[in-house]
Amino acid sequence: MNSQQLFTLPRPGLRWLPIWRRNFLVWRKLAIPSVLGNLADPLIYMLGLGYGLGSLLPRVGGVSYVSFLAAGTVVASTMNAATFEALYSAFSRMHVQKTWDAILNTPLSLDDVLAGELVWAACKSLLSGLAILLVIAALGLSTSPLALWTIPVIFLTGLAFAALGLIVCALAPSYEFFMYYFTLFITPMLLVSGVFFPADQLPAVVHTIASWLPLAHAVQLARPLLLGEVPANALGHVAALLVIAAVAFSIATVLTRRRLLK
Amino acid sequence: MAALNSADALQVSGLRKRYDDRDVVAGISFTVPTGTCFGLLGPNGAGKTTTLRCCLGLTRPDGGKINLGAYDIPADAEAARQRVGVVPQLDNLDPDFTASENLLVYGRYFGIADATIRARIPGLLDFAGLGGREKARIQTLSGGMKRRLTLARALINDPDVIFLDEPTTGLDPQARHLIWERLKQLTARGKTLILTTHFMDEAERLCNRLAVLDNGHLVTEGAPRELIAAHIEPQVVEVFGDDAPRWARSRNGLAERLEVAGDTAFFYCRDPAPLLAALADAPALRYMHRAASLEDVFIKLTGRELRD
Repeated sequence: MNSQQLFTLPRPGLRWLPIWRRNFLVWRKLAIPSVLGNLADPLIYMLGLGYGLGSLLPRVGGVSYVSFLAAGTVVASTMNAATFEALYSAFSRMHVQKTWDAILNTPLSLDDVLAGELVWAACKSLLSGLAILLVIAALGLSTSPLALWTIPVIFLTGLAFAALGLIVCALAPSYEFFMYYFTLFITPMLLVSGVFFPADQLPAVVHTIASWLPLAHAVQLARPLLLGEVPANALGHVAALLVIAAVAFSIATVLTRRRLLK
Repeated sequence: MAALNSADALQVSGLRKRYDDRDVVAGISFTVPTGTCFGLLGPNGAGKTTTLRCCLGLTRPDGGKINLGAYDIPADAEAARQRVGVVPQLDNLDPDFTASENLLVYGRYFGIADATIRARIPGLLDFAGLGGREKARIQTLSGGMKRRLTLARALINDPDVIFLDEPTTGLDPQARHLIWERLKQLTARGKTLILTTHFMDEAERLCNRLAVLDNGHLVTEGAPRELIAAHIEPQVVEVFGDDAPRWARSRNGLAERLEVAGDTAFFYCRDPAPLLAALADAPALRYMHRAASLEDVFIKLTGRELRD
């Protein structure tokens, strides 16, 4: 494949829908364990740290620690769900089960496959984020109608991390490779993006760099919304997440074409 | 949607593909008339799978021209694949689905309505000898059943042309015969089959015409009987045993051609009578007399050394 074909922009459209539906049909068979699994882990952290550690702490960012932690848990859980789907699940379909190869023998293209995987991973992470959101509402940690705006923020966060994950998937020789992505990118980001504590507690340099990270934009949007406030610079954060999603997806597309359409 | 049923289902001319400065496909040309079965034969690494991928528009050639029916490949490959079925070399059925779910999901990739697909499923499973196994999970199917289900899946869009990449590799004789039977039925219905194989008996049985590829070059092309007649003596006597090579070399004149491989001597001849008479006087040697086959042509053209 020459560079012109390698770098062609993906075509817009709904051709990816049958791929999304394929993944949905698999998920439906395993839905209950999948939802419970996605929900249990972040909830344990949120409630354990929130009430346990929170009882030792004064108010954080002007609210109780568990209320502070709620927004961070929503976006971190969204990030994890989108990342896992775009790394492990997509890699299984691409490399182990050869599901993508089977699809490429039909009229669909690799771009359609990737678009289907992107939207699917974002939808699955939306479900994870929504589940946490429901628990937060049920516990009375968020009561403002503005909190409903968290839903599109969750989806956008899912798109950004799904697109980033698909880059890693395109580069991975095996499942072991994903550990680097987690230890070098996801985990440090989790700690500097203001999920567990206000990011301005960090040294100024770290705080400045961290504010460019996708998770930081998501936190800056979700936390005020859950506390019933309009986020400062909301458009800037939304635009940042959109740009990250679009650029990362374009890179993932080029890398995957190079890998599979030799 | 235009059908692929022009006079020729597939035309390949001057096809060329390089990987890492090596010509994997080095300028091959062949034509497959509609409604026939065409075989691409060759040892491992000959360029068969790369040729198929180029014909499907999945690999972009470095040179040459491919027409699948009226479609120009790779430019119109997506439209062409609407009318094509593929049975890949490696099983890539969806392990999370039942047999009928595999067909349903695959049919959706062609944009076929669910109701239409569901109406086709029982007939396709019957054709594949999987009637009543709609709800069978993939893990519970044998290798032969999976291959047959893959064949059924390749027919979900009622294709005009079906590509099969080593359709019977790894199957037991019963399963191979069943697949052959079904492939013959498909050509009888006017479908065009293009298959790769390294089983010569398979090629001889199924293919109207075939091409032998080696190191990316098309070594020869023709009907199986024509190739045997053109390339090889009609009778073969294989002589086995520790002493066979020495014995054979001393009787070289009894056949048009002699080849020795390990402890076996292959005599290729037109009249085997003098050789058989000589063997009658050598009771220590075992031997087998048979008609020449495509495998003999293949070995003659591509050599005996291993390809990995």
